[in-house]
Amino acid sequence: MTACWHGAIIARGVLLAAMVLAVAACQQEGVPAEHRIVDGDPERGRAAIVAIGCGACHHVPGVRGAHGVVGPSLDAFGHRKLIGGVMPNEPTILVQWVQDAPSLIPETGMPDLPLSQAQARDIAAYLYTLR
Amino acid sequence: MWDWPDLGDGIQSVLAPAGPHAGWVAHLSWLIFIGGGLILLLVVIMTTLAIFAPDRWRKGIGQRRTVIIGGIAFPLVTLTAMLVYGLGGSAALVSSPAAALRIEVVGEQWWWRVHYLDETGAIRLVTANEIRIPAGLPIQFDLKSADVIHSFWVPSLAGKLDMIPGRVNSYRFAADEAGVYRGQCAEYCGAQHALMAFYVVAMEQDEFEQWYADQVQPAAEPDLPQFEAGRELFLTNGCGACHTVRGTPADGVIGPDLTHVGSRVSLAAGTLPNNVGTLAGWIASAQHLKPDNKMPSFDNLEGTELRAIAGYLENLK
Repeated sequence: MTACWHGAIIARGVLLAAMVLAVAACQQEGVPAEHRIVDGDPERGRAAIVAIGCGACHHVPGVRGAHGVVGPSLDAFGHRKLIGGVMPNEPTILVQWVQDAPSLIPETGMPDLPLSQAQARDIAAYLYTLR
Repeated sequence: MWDWPDLGDGIQSVLAPAGPHAGWVAHLSWLIFIGGGLILLLVVIMTTLAIFAPDRWRKGIGQRRTVIIGGIAFPLVTLTAMLVYGLGGSAALVSSPAAALRIEVVGEQWWWRVHYLDETGAIRLVTANEIRIPAGLPIQFDLKSADVIHSFWVPSLAGKLDMIPGRVNSYRFAADEAGVYRGQCAEYCGAQHALMAFYVVAMEQDEFEQWYADQVQPAAEPDLPQFEAGRELFLTNGCGACHTVRGTPADGVIGPDLTHVGSRVSLAAGTLPNNVGTLAGWIASAQHLKPDNKMPSFDNLEGTELRAIAGYLENLK
């Protein structure tokens, strides 16, 4: 009886984990393979965008109050061809740009932001869902 | 991560009291909600009986005695008891032990000028949009206004009190424990009333002493060339006409004191989280983010200049 219960609990755990993974995979659904970010979670990215206040400079669809006009609107960012008007819009470049833009274009007004690598990946993953 | 507290954490809620003053307000409110609910229930039952009950019951209810007991005696006794109870508890709040600290807060369209006072009432420290207090000690707040009527309200810590031009309204309250609480202007005061918020940061007593000792110091000398350049640009662009950074020629008093702006939770009175990115965005587009506030948008700056000034300010811890 006890063993049976344990089996049921484990089975439920496995099922739950599978569902969580499926949801995580779904979150980048609709994003072309070349724009998917390994370990990037768009939902966490959205939370990080709110916490650091990207909206002070950018219009960010899906983020309440983010209607800044200092930098470009990030509307349909998944279709954007160039980052900063200079570099191709690729995941590795975007992750570095989000974290430390001046290291790529010294003239930019976008500062070196206090973001971890994981946060930058999450934010990039969110930006690629904007299509 | 950054200190950008989430409203969902109950940091601005009368239902999540975090100090004796707010605790008393919440206690009285629940007493009134529940008592009022019970009385309403009683009235509904009596009304139902008066309409649908058998004649014998209705005759009993329809007597003069019902009106005298239910309509005069009951409200008189209940309301008098509530009044005595309420005033008694409120008097205890007002006559609480002497304040450990006096802080003067001046409401301005649309931010908060904060002065820490000494025993004689002289200003010892000027800051803005954030009030740090030692936890567990009663703090006196002297509230003033520089223009229109504002209202000072930290729902988790105390009831609201108006800031009226030409008057000083005072009250005392405390935070039970260290934590971050959010306050808000609670009297419509113009276009950006909704963006006139602030944070109260309650700290352990020794941490507070350290913070205070740091804050009264002038701004530290920039330790990197880009911060030095930022300070130069801050001064040459005329920021000092409105802002003070103690230890530099910037001594304006129209806007918030920025001597330790980098140490604050929020920017522009709770409008934005505070970091180098939001500082740059605010400097470049203050009129877009908070229209009609007194700060112009410095859209004359080049990207590198903007980053230098924002970096300099963020580094003013």
